[in-house]
Amino acid sequence: MSATEQALASGDAVPLSLRGPAPTRVVAGYGFWLFLLSDIIIFAALFAAYAVLSGESAGGPTAADLFDKKHVLIETACLLASSVTCGFGSLAVQSGDRNSTYFWMAITFILSVTFLSLEVSEFSHMLSIGAGPSRSAFLSAFFTLVGTHGLHVTVGLCWLIVMLSQVATLGFRPMVSRRFFCFGLFWHALDIVWIGVFTIVYLGAHL
Amino acid sequence: MHAARAPSASAIWLRAISITSAAVLMASCEEGVLDPHGPVGKAERVILYDSTAIMLAVIIPVIVLTLVFAWWFRARNKRARYRPDWEYSGRIEMIIWSIPALIILFLGGIAWTGSHDLDPPLPLADSTAPLDIEVISLDWRWLFIYPHEGIASLNRLVVPAGVPIRFRLTSTTVMNSFFVPQLGSQIYTMPNMVTRLNLEADQPGTYEGLSAQFSGDGFSDMRFDLVSTEAEAFKDWVNTTKTQGGVLDSTTFEELVKPAKADGAQTFSQVSEGLFDKISSGHMAAVSPQRGQ
Amino acid sequence: MFGRLTWAAIPFDQPVVMIASGTVGFVIFCILALVTVKGWWPYLWREWITSVDHKRIGVMYIGLALLMLVRGFSDAMLMRSQQALAAGHAQGYLPPEHYDQIFSAHGTIMIFFVAMPFVIGLMNFVLPLQLGVRDVAFPVLNSVGFWLSAAGVLLVNVSLVVGEFARTGWLAYPPLSEVAYSPGVGVDYYLWSLQISGLGTLLSGINLTTTILKLRAPGMGYRQMPIFCWTALASNLLIVAAFPILTATFAMLLLDRYCGFHFFTNDLGGNPMMYINLIWCWGHPEVYILILPAFGVFSEVVATFSGKPLFGRRSMVMATMAICVLSFVVWLHHFFTMGAGANVNAFFGIATMIIAVPTGVKIFNWLFTLYGGRIRFTVPIYWAVGFMVTFVIGGMTGVLMAIPPADFVLHNSLFLIAHFHNVAIGGVVFGVMAGITYWFPKAFGFTLNERLGKAVFWCWFFGFYLAFMPLYVLGLMGATRRMQHYSNMHWQPLMLVALAGAVLIFLGIALTVVQIAVSIRHRERNRDVTGDPWNGRTLEWSTPSPPPAWNFSHLPPVERADAFWAMKQQGGTAQDRNLKRTYETIHVPRNNPTGFFLAFCAVLLGFSLIWRIWWGAELGLLGAIVVGLMQAWRTDGEIEVPAEKVAAFERLRGLKESAV
Repeated sequence: MSATEQALASGDAVPLSLRGPAPTRVVAGYGFWLFLLSDIIIFAALFAAYAVLSGESAGGPTAADLFDKKHVLIETACLLASSVTCGFGSLAVQSGDRNSTYFWMAITFILSVTFLSLEVSEFSHMLSIGAGPSRSAFLSAFFTLVGTHGLHVTVGLCWLIVMLSQVATLGFRPMVSRRFFCFGLFWHALDIVWIGVFTIVYLGAHL
Repeated sequence: MHAARAPSASAIWLRAISITSAAVLMASCEEGVLDPHGPVGKAERVILYDSTAIMLAVIIPVIVLTLVFAWWFRARNKRARYRPDWEYSGRIEMIIWSIPALIILFLGGIAWTGSHDLDPPLPLADSTAPLDIEVISLDWRWLFIYPHEGIASLNRLVVPAGVPIRFRLTSTTVMNSFFVPQLGSQIYTMPNMVTRLNLEADQPGTYEGLSAQFSGDGFSDMRFDLVSTEAEAFKDWVNTTKTQGGVLDSTTFEELVKPAKADGAQTFSQVSEGLFDKISSGHMAAVSPQRGQ
Repeated sequence: MFGRLTWAAIPFDQPVVMIASGTVGFVIFCILALVTVKGWWPYLWREWITSVDHKRIGVMYIGLALLMLVRGFSDAMLMRSQQALAAGHAQGYLPPEHYDQIFSAHGTIMIFFVAMPFVIGLMNFVLPLQLGVRDVAFPVLNSVGFWLSAAGVLLVNVSLVVGEFARTGWLAYPPLSEVAYSPGVGVDYYLWSLQISGLGTLLSGINLTTTILKLRAPGMGYRQMPIFCWTALASNLLIVAAFPILTATFAMLLLDRYCGFHFFTNDLGGNPMMYINLIWCWGHPEVYILILPAFGVFSEVVATFSGKPLFGRRSMVMATMAICVLSFVVWLHHFFTMGAGANVNAFFGIATMIIAVPTGVKIFNWLFTLYGGRIRFTVPIYWAVGFMVTFVIGGMTGVLMAIPPADFVLHNSLFLIAHFHNVAIGGVVFGVMAGITYWFPKAFGFTLNERLGKAVFWCWFFGFYLAFMPLYVLGLMGATRRMQHYSNMHWQPLMLVALAGAVLIFLGIALTVVQIAVSIRHRERNRDVTGDPWNGRTLEWSTPSPPPAWNFSHLPPVERADAFWAMKQQGGTAQDRNLKRTYETIHVPRNNPTGFFLAFCAVLLGFSLIWRIWWGAELGLLGAIVVGLMQAWRTDGEIEVPAEKVAAFERLRGLKESAV
């Protein structure tokens, strides 16, 4: 037996890096983290584009003209609250409680749909007054940055529905709870991105 | 075990180096970057030579050592000492980190001073009054406007020798790069923007100019001649141009902007005031044509 | 009904294109017919197309890359011959509309569809074997990544026949790539095929990073990990960090082109300079993504064939990770001439030089690995020594151009072209060729023909110098890149020499095909029975050639770097080592068609988007969602290999080895 095998067998404190292949749950979570980091870099590039183009309104509507702080506050409240309820839902998943899972995830869903409909209404209002993405570079950057976030939320909601169906059909087997864990990471990451959006785009407009 | 081929490789390599260096030496007698005719190009050539020499001082020994080690330590050479466990030496580590670091320190200094001394917008250290020229890259020709003389020239840039030229450059449609290899630095030309460049031709002569940023189907023809003349000859040329050729105003400019491959030189006896500024600030954006299929 | 797609999209009036695509189409048809007649479809479907085994996927990546090397190199031959002919008043045989597509396709294909699949394929095949584990972290995702890359390849090649390719150069700078100045489908083909394959690459990066960091044999900590794994780690971290920038930037350009946005347009506030910054923020890490695994190959090859450990292992690792981090702070050196100003230019120039320091250190480390060795001159060592003398020249010219005022006269010239081919061929290609030769016996169970391998090397080596040294000279003479013709007759002789070099490289590629064919014919003569044909140092050589689906019957306990070397020094044969073992049931991932079907949907989606066939795009997207959902509900992802089968396999292996 090698020294490592002996140490592992005897239960000595072996550093994590020497213990051999990590369990599936760790591997899946780690891979998903890396994916989230890559997603955040996409947002970073979009933030950079926004920063460069935020002043380029080409004689059209500017950020200060367009953004309604109250509207955004409600959106933010919905999204952040949905993160909290998602957290409760994750706890329910961990304890294998089907009904609580449905309940909390349904509230998460409702809050997020509210967020999305508020965002859609903001976008359609802007389109109706000629402040669409093809009006100026600033608006292109705005619609893309905020819209990409909204697209991620939408995809997340579709994922949530799939996950709830998997709970209904497959139960809380390891594969399903791993995926819920990843969903939770995704949802909270979107929250963090929204805080960036909220700060840089909406608050930044009124500086 | 196969016979080592390394010795012939080093002989072949040395031959290749000498052919290459001979070719390079030949090239320096030809037109090009190693045969500059202006202060900017000359300063840049010095940088090229000095940096290459510094680096060759390391590169050539490395190449030689590689071939020597590979040959000497070939398995069939019983005289070479096999050291199967030798994998670290603090002294050698120190040397192999310091050699590149020192080279980079030196070249970094050249990069810093060179970037500042030869920054394109920096006026040249020449007491002679500069000549202003405005450059507009079209598809696929070059337009040169002489704002103070009130004339313009297409595809042919006439300048007085020994006089620093202050260029302001822009583009109508896509990016290009204004480049006269024998005078020195190039600079991009971009729509809705002005870039600046300072060059000087120290003797009379004709030098090739081109675009160094690919801009479409007519790119390869997008060449011009930079003709530097004696001061008197330049004044004559300006006066003659003022009497010949058409007027360059918004209307004629609209014609020029249409995509067309370069087709010889042309001059304009009159240029409307502030044309370059109008173009470079995007007020003529509507004029920028779209390209067909 | 079919968007913008009409019969006019097929260039019936261009004989060169029609003959080329006709030939390719005919060859593909013959291959498909042969496979059908011989009844090989079940085998191909089961063993390759739906395989999620990293070894199979690695081989497929390399096969894809070799195929695209032929395509990309044909473009190169067209370019070299055009430039050799079109001097003075001559216009050559390729009008600008074609020539511009050819050089754009050449660059795009060589970087994205040759170099990337080559290095990803090598990393895919080797990493789990070197790490002492059974597969990568996400086998199904691995297959998805490969097939998405194949989808990108298909789209790029379809552009040859249906429509046109981009005429913008391989990075498609705006404003030229905007709809106003590139109204056709060319840029759309470029963008969609790269978005699709880029997603595949990103998934691969996530997969391999997770594998290296979370899946290693017991006892293999970071200090015991092979150096190829370190360089692969750095490369994959760069993929995860850099490729999203490419995705976002291309998405912005697509929005400009499809929806009238103004990110990079000339009007309404767009900023083309921003594209150049963003694209090179990706572009510079990309070249390190390519070169770092090649460096890893050389580290393995030089150490193995010198019969000693790599010199200065720790500083090699530090140098690798330094290069990884620094590659993000040098991007502006690709456009010093855009007018950023002296301070900015100088900063980036100096940063670029700093990154040359760890690279230089690596060269010295390889040098001192050779020193004191007992060097066996096999084909991989030829590539390694060839690399060491060639790459340093490319590095030198790179540092030269990192000095902004030097770059002011060399930017976009043939000197630049010579520099990056110098490092790409001398570094990446030589490294990949060394790696393929080195690991071929592990993958297929027999070695490649040595004599032909050396011939291939010499063709590439001399071909490279003949083809690109003249380009250095031409750049100094004032020749810029992407010229369809030129007026200076003095340049023509050098162009002819360059063409001769290209022909020599072509001979090298042809000889590679011959080498593979001959090696297959003589495979019994060159059988690798022991699994360790080179007296290797790392764990992959402890497996049989080829390894079983589960790689290691028993995860090897690792105590130090060069783990297999240590095992051999402790003595005993594989039989002895295995005799006293008890085996457990091994779980092996089951085959999965998700990757293949997703790629099919991706091709449909991409092609439809390019031609504005909206119903086709919706169908492709829907198909992808359905395939994804089917995968989500798949619960039987693994096959069990019973312990007795594993034990029987090992017994048989022990018998084979002792019979040698």
